[in-house]
Amino acid sequence: MNSKVNHPKDRPWLMRTYSGYASAKESNLLYRSNLAKGQTGLSIAFDLPTQTGYDSDHILAKGEVGKLGVPMRTIEDMDTLFNQIPIDKMNTSMTINAPTAWLLSLYLTTAEKQGANIADLRGTTQNDILKEYLSRGTYIFPPRPSMQLTAEIIGFTVNHIPKWNPINICSYHLQESGATPVQELAFTMANAITILDIVKERGEVKKEDFPKVVGRISFFLNAGIRFVEEMCKIRAFTSMWDKICTERYGVKDPKLRRFRYGVQVNSLGLTDCQPENNIARIIYEFLAVVLGKDSRSRSVQLPAWNEALGLPRKWDQQWSLRLQQIMALETDLLEYEDIFEGSHIIEQKEKELAGAAEVELNKIMEMGGVIPALETGYMKRCLVESNAKRLREIESGDKVVVGLNKFTEAEPSLLTQGMEESFLTVDDSIADQQIELLHSFKKKRDQDKVARALEKLHTSVSNSKNIMQASRECALAGVTTGEWSDTLRKIFGEYRAPTGISGISNDRISTEEARKVNEKIRRLNTKLGRNLKILIGKPGLDGHSNGAEQIAVKAKDVGMEVVYEGIRLTPEQIAESALQEGVHVVGLSILSGSHLKLIPEVIHCMQKRGLNNIPLVLGGIIPKSDIAKMNNKIICKVYAPRDYNLNTIMDEIVDMVDKAN
Amino acid sequence: MNLNSIDTLLAEVLAGNKIAVANALNLLENIRPAKTSRIRQLIEQLSRNARPGRHLIGITGPPGVGKSTLISRLANFYRKQGRTVGIISVDPSSCRSGGALLGDRARIIHDPGDSGLFIRSMAAGKHLGGLAWRTRHCLTVFEAAYDIIIIETVGVGQSETEIAQVVDSVVFVVQPGSGDALQFMKAGIMEIPDILVINKADQKKLAAKTKIDLETVAVYSGFDESGWQSEIVMASALEGWGHDQLAQALSDHFSFLENTCLKKKRHLNRVQWILMMFKERFGMFGLETLGGESSVLKQIAGFDLTNPFYCFEKLTHEMWTLAKNV
Ligand code: B12
Ligand SMILES: Nc1nc2c(ncn2[C@@H]2O[C@H](COP(=O)(O)OP(=O)(O)OP(=O)(O)O)[C@@H](O)[C@H]2O)c(=O)[nH]1
Ligand SMILES: [Mg+2]
Repeated sequence: MNSKVNHPKDRPWLMRTYSGYASAKESNLLYRSNLAKGQTGLSIAFDLPTQTGYDSDHILAKGEVGKLGVPMRTIEDMDTLFNQIPIDKMNTSMTINAPTAWLLSLYLTTAEKQGANIADLRGTTQNDILKEYLSRGTYIFPPRPSMQLTAEIIGFTVNHIPKWNPINICSYHLQESGATPVQELAFTMANAITILDIVKERGEVKKEDFPKVVGRISFFLNAGIRFVEEMCKIRAFTSMWDKICTERYGVKDPKLRRFRYGVQVNSLGLTDCQPENNIARIIYEFLAVVLGKDSRSRSVQLPAWNEALGLPRKWDQQWSLRLQQIMALETDLLEYEDIFEGSHIIEQKEKELAGAAEVELNKIMEMGGVIPALETGYMKRCLVESNAKRLREIESGDKVVVGLNKFTEAEPSLLTQGMEESFLTVDDSIADQQIELLHSFKKKRDQDKVARALEKLHTSVSNSKNIMQASRECALAGVTTGEWSDTLRKIFGEYRAPTGISGISNDRISTEEARKVNEKIRRLNTKLGRNLKILIGKPGLDGHSNGAEQIAVKAKDVGMEVVYEGIRLTPEQIAESALQEGVHVVGLSILSGSHLKLIPEVIHCMQKRGLNNIPLVLGGIIPKSDIAKMNNKIICKVYAPRDYNLNTIMDEIVDMVDKAN
Repeated sequence: MNLNSIDTLLAEVLAGNKIAVANALNLLENIRPAKTSRIRQLIEQLSRNARPGRHLIGITGPPGVGKSTLISRLANFYRKQGRTVGIISVDPSSCRSGGALLGDRARIIHDPGDSGLFIRSMAAGKHLGGLAWRTRHCLTVFEAAYDIIIIETVGVGQSETEIAQVVDSVVFVVQPGSGDALQFMKAGIMEIPDILVINKADQKKLAAKTKIDLETVAVYSGFDESGWQSEIVMASALEGWGHDQLAQALSDHFSFLENTCLKKKRHLNRVQWILMMFKERFGMFGLETLGGESSVLKQIAGFDLTNPFYCFEKLTHEMWTLAKNV
């Protein structure tokens, strides 16, 4: 038998790069240059203020404007972003969630201004809110109204933009927050079911069109270093989805039941020490999603070797793109049908995963679906627990991470040697320019028209009408992202997601080292006269909470009293909490690159309150060269991803407090 | 400003200076013997200066029913009325490590620029009964600095009744379908609270059913011994309704107390505090030497209670005298 006969070579997957920074103008130039080089799709990154519904001049936007994506406030910004880019020829993917309806409205308005017929547009809005609460952090409103909005957008696009992917349900981020394969499967399927049920219940589309809705659902997955298991996980996704579509929703057409998914491979396991090793990790992870034809991804994004150091430069991204091109074009991979077909081992593993996931899925459905499972903190707690387990295994050496906890003696890396910074830095001065641009736009617009559009948005949302119509009128009238979001905040309220750290079941001092720290703390408590109390703060819009959560759980485990209020706090709020709670030490965690703006502010706010003798520790992605710039004697130590031994961190914090008192 | 001087500290606490309030709390929580005399001075001064119209509210109920979210709504409501609010929230400690996660604060919206709202979290430590060992000490600061004082504790059933001996009004929060609380109340294990809140009433059907269930208990129990008829309030802290009715019910209860037994109740609460201090220090030995708990209570009730430490010392002195004579 010839293994290749009669089969056309499979087409390569889509190779995407996710980009956007500084301003609509800069990003427009970048996109045009990429398109000129033959790139076919666009994948737009918005900055964190945009993603959380704030204008660039909001206090929480400080340090974040244009940092990790393009700031998008008004129709003017959207017009600029697509200047000379024909929207009707594009396939545009937008990573936008809480304000999806708004960004889509801006996009459609610009498209129509260009003369496009919106019924022909192609693209994707991420529009998946659950993983924002659980992992990514750019949520705004409470879960119920947010899920309603999701459903309304799905209804709108299925009815008016049939080729649009209205939602990309993400398990990617769950894995980045520590989820096991079984948790990824169960949580993601439960999420999809909850969303589809809401669309159905609200009657957003005609009954006979419902299978089309199911057919428009796509997924965004992750693949970790245990690549065999990861491949089986993807097969389990496919089979579980097929079953749900058939049994729960009665979808007959197999094309509408296809599990359509894109991938970005795991970044959580990439290291800052011996960073060149990351390339090997990225390739092995990549195998999981391309090796078997039946479970091959439709599009793939790979992180860069310097992931744990900072933002990738163009060259770093190019290297990752080359990894894909070599796999697709040089190897013989695409010539074969599914090379795992008939493998009992793969099949069995797939069944095992799907079986365990089904048990967990049923548990969530019994709670009433993902909304109650989220609100009670159940899902977040599961993730924090899995992540804690993962870190404990790295700490103990049970889980080997080459270069981090094994084979740590190494030649200096030639990729970073002699360079102050081997990653991209974004100029902080763009914020001022962007704020100015926003203010001048606001001056020239028709204020009455804006007020009327917002008024209409308010009435229409209060009466549960589909969000899109009124939002599109707002876009035309010159409303800003902040104004649109504030109007909805007034109706729905704001939400703070569960932090997942309380009620963690492994309430024990896990190891000998932890016990030693505990004893030291008890001795210190006698000296202090009160129990050692720590505040862990996350200033600004940074949603990277893993580090803060794990430090909080560990601090409690070794005997500290821990105050942690979750993400998105202003420096004033953090300093105020430090004062009111009477803590002995403050720890800040920042990974989004806004430390140079935010940390001096926290220090200033603490000093205003007379908290001059409280030691401050920092953690996250804070480049060495920046530590000197923040030069302040109350900063005792800065921790980096390579500091994986949490007991050591705790021990050092105890010493700092001891010294300060 | 020298906050090391007790007089200045007191004056600033009374003025609602948050730095002073925080410093006073840090001092009152301190267990080092070297701090004892300053703590005594401060508590005595604070007790003399408690705000006349203050209302002490205890909010308790099973984990996760929405106590903190509800407190956030209440606090906002009172702030809009111009009343200042102090909140103490108590979380359990891990018995192995002694550590604690103080998570309530995350749910309470606080504007750092608002000088009339102060939130302090406390770990219960080894202390049983739902409060922290130094909660009563710290309360004296809040009573001098704020109009409305709210204490949040986790509690189900009989183990956590201490809250009733600390505050003026007890609010018990349940969620739709909470069978446990109901069973406890029916069986008489749990005291009937002054006000019952069914939070998460956004789950409408289940909430209505729970209300009917609870009403049967309340009707069955009738008026409590003071003559107050326990009230049931429906609320959704998430959607932001019902907390105004809760505030109304609280205000009704407070007026009721003022017209009946507020003075007596606060007196009794203070007696309990002194008893507790004595028990924590001398345990059964102390109690038995002085002729048992009820005899001790009677003795305390006869003292001038403004300075609890003075009472404590009198008891201690008496105890040693008796112990020597035995
Ligand atoms: C996981 C991850 C995510 C997850 C976050 C999940 C979560 N809830 O935390 C997800 C997928 C959601 C995510 C999203 C994004 N991410 Co991200 N992410 C990462 C990644 C891969 C790992 C971070 C991590 O969790 N590590 C594990 C924890 C345990 O380690 P840690 O936080 O470093 O903590 C250790 C120490 O630093 C220290 N520590 C940390 N905090 C504290 C605090 C105290 C008090 C102490 C004592 C110690 C301490 O102790 C810990 C123990 O080892 C990093 C790259 C990397 N490998 O580091 C990028 C990274 C941080 N992300 C990045 C970006 C750009 C984003 C996005 C903006 C992408 C986008 N455009 O959408 C979004 C933004 C989301 C948001 N709202 O902010 C950039 C930031 C670039 C920069 N600083 O300039 C990075 C560096 C990747 C890159 N090179 O581009 N991300
Ligand atoms: N649906 C709904 N959820 C609510 C309501 N009130 C609070 N919640 C949610 O319930 C969860 C717990 O709320 P908390 O306020 O922390 O409850 P708690 O009783 O203080 O919890 P502990 O202090 O941990 O015992 C959160 O996810 C809240 O958003 C409500 O009225 N309706
Ligand atoms: Mg609480």
